[in-house]
Amino acid sequence: MSSAERTDVLVVGSGFGGAIAAYHLAAGGARVVVLERGPWLTADDFDHDYLLGSSYTRIFDFVVGDGMSLLGGNCVGGGSVVFFAAMPRAPGFVFERKGSIGRRMWPSTLTRDTLDPWYDRVAEALPVSQQGWADVTYSGGLFAAACDHAGRTANPVPVAIDTARCTNCNWMMSGCRFDAKRSLLLNYLPAALAHGAQIRPMHEVQRLSRNDDGGYRVHYNVIDDEDYRAQTGCGAIDAKIVVLAAGAGATPVILQRSEATLGAMPSAVGRYFSGNGERLNTAIVNEERAGELLGLSRADGSVYTANQIGRGPVVASWDNLDGALPEFSRFSLEQLYFPPGFGTILAQVPDAAGPTWFGVEKKELVRRWRSWLTIFTMTEDDNEGVFGPPPPTGNAVRISQQMLGRGPIRYHPTANTLGGWAESDAVVRDIMERDGLARVMPWTNDVVGAYTVHPLASCRIGDDPRTSALDDRHELRNHPGIFVTDGSAVPGALTVNPALTIAALAERAMPGIVRAAQQRGVNVRYGAPAPDGATSGRSGVLPLVPTLVHE
Amino acid sequence: MTLEAFADTIVPGEKRSVDDRAVAGAAAGGGAVASGAVELLETPAVGLATALGDIVDALNGHALEHAAEHGLALDGSVPPFVALPFAHRTALVQTLTGPAHQQRDIWVALALFSNMAFDTAAHLHTAEAIEAGHPGLATLGFAKPDADGVWRFPDYSYRRQLANVHPNTTASGSPA
Repeated sequence: MSSAERTDVLVVGSGFGGAIAAYHLAAGGARVVVLERGPWLTADDFDHDYLLGSSYTRIFDFVVGDGMSLLGGNCVGGGSVVFFAAMPRAPGFVFERKGSIGRRMWPSTLTRDTLDPWYDRVAEALPVSQQGWADVTYSGGLFAAACDHAGRTANPVPVAIDTARCTNCNWMMSGCRFDAKRSLLLNYLPAALAHGAQIRPMHEVQRLSRNDDGGYRVHYNVIDDEDYRAQTGCGAIDAKIVVLAAGAGATPVILQRSEATLGAMPSAVGRYFSGNGERLNTAIVNEERAGELLGLSRADGSVYTANQIGRGPVVASWDNLDGALPEFSRFSLEQLYFPPGFGTILAQVPDAAGPTWFGVEKKELVRRWRSWLTIFTMTEDDNEGVFGPPPPTGNAVRISQQMLGRGPIRYHPTANTLGGWAESDAVVRDIMERDGLARVMPWTNDVVGAYTVHPLASCRIGDDPRTSALDDRHELRNHPGIFVTDGSAVPGALTVNPALTIAALAERAMPGIVRAAQQRGVNVRYGAPAPDGATSGRSGVLPLVPTLVHE
Repeated sequence: MTLEAFADTIVPGEKRSVDDRAVAGAAAGGGAVASGAVELLETPAVGLATALGDIVDALNGHALEHAAEHGLALDGSVPPFVALPFAHRTALVQTLTGPAHQQRDIWVALALFSNMAFDTAAHLHTAEAIEAGHPGLATLGFAKPDADGVWRFPDYSYRRQLANVHPNTTASGSPA
């Protein structure tokens, strides 16, 4: 065995799963190295610019698969840098879901009640705030009023945003140049660095191999700063513990590629992928009717024309989050903004005589872009995604220098998933088309397949070894010392934005990972406060810690 | 010229001159071509530049097949896809980008970048594109930035409660 750099804990990825692990392990005394495939940008680097090569394409990843396209972060801070920062907790019924496996998908130890203290921990750390109606943007307000008009409720969603700093520029997907979005760049990651963790950007992990001492060697390529298709070097680091948090689109690929050296993976690695049941509809608002029906008006006398103004989703409608409804019939709706490009290409023309997503009629639809209102649906899908053989490097064959690649995910929606989409589409139509308020069409799935900004479950926790790759402490079955803490560990669709749940599960996994590190001779202990030193979250979880460690 | 005709099928625009053959003139105002679709496709960062010659040949091959299937006589003075009437260009692009087509990846990519040239001006700095009157961003009504090139919307809210919140909302503001 040749000599390689050594560390106690090697963390793959710096999104929620990686940043939380890096912080707790470094704060507890372990030597921690974080390898991140994307660049390391901070507020001044985040451009308001769609030019190829600006932060928009540097920090974002768009992987087209067979029947499913994945959008995710590609930078230090991962999804937290590019996401819209909506932070609801998953409703209680989600933890009782069975999906299509005929038994509870989640570990028996996990319910909303048992996860709540961990949610509290993350909410304190970021922090997560509740919004008032004065914070609600025009698009959120219009959606709320439309829900009310349709006899429904609507809630301002909890967010990881400092609304006093926010300019409502709607450039969140390019990173927040105002540091209003409380990404991991502002909390867990600087705290991890302060405790000695090292973060290495442009380091894309390819595979793991096992060392004679029971630890692991992590093999990486160094990616060119500008042309992500090019590699400028490679290397390896030995670690006693590996925390995989490369994202649900990449973590299973790394493990599949490692099978030749690590041995067989649990069968659930690269299976049971969920797109969080996501679906988008675009409504074209009739401004005059909106004024008449909803009594809305802006200071300048207009009614809405505010598609461009805001900060992603601010209002959600939760009337269909009813645990008494059958599985696959429960979903939440959120008003949303996607920038042009992602947000326009797949929108379809209602009643089109010709093509629905391009051509003459589409151009006319785009002329009314300022009156668009996009509705985001998160349903219960059927975990039907499967990863094919890994590409030569990374998680996709990169087509463009940045952002665009072709990946191995296959996703052919089942009748359950299609049924949920159809039910939610009908509800969106009922809300937005009622009394002539708007015209609505779902985005097409015929161009790049279905799509998700919240990939989940491709390497999930569970009690059943046949249908879960990880035990309930997030350790990879039959491969002790490898833990997975990103969205791939979440068992299935959550019916709400998953970031807070991913983070809470990562927090909950930390006592077990710390204990495993101790058992491998690392001088580390669990019990760091929140990154800013606050302690109430820690106080809430400490009584639970003994239940989360295996001796 | 063939790429222009393809991009013009995705986002149609008005003819640049009376004898413009690539742009069919199917819609008012500038379309993908006037927005810079070919410049974007030829940008090395996109990843298609070195393949564009083959793509053009393939597209014209499909146009010839399409013309033969539909009994269309094509004007030989321009490439076959350019010679197709606009409705037939549209029908062919629907087929090429449809779920059943073997090479749909390449045609979808070409369509996506044609669209991006119009909707985002991805080959230009956005603020400069707006200042120069970029046809796509103008069609969207994309707002101008502040003087420092950064967008801010101080007027953003109706500032009043517009619906009842869900009765089962928890203290954390989440669904129960």
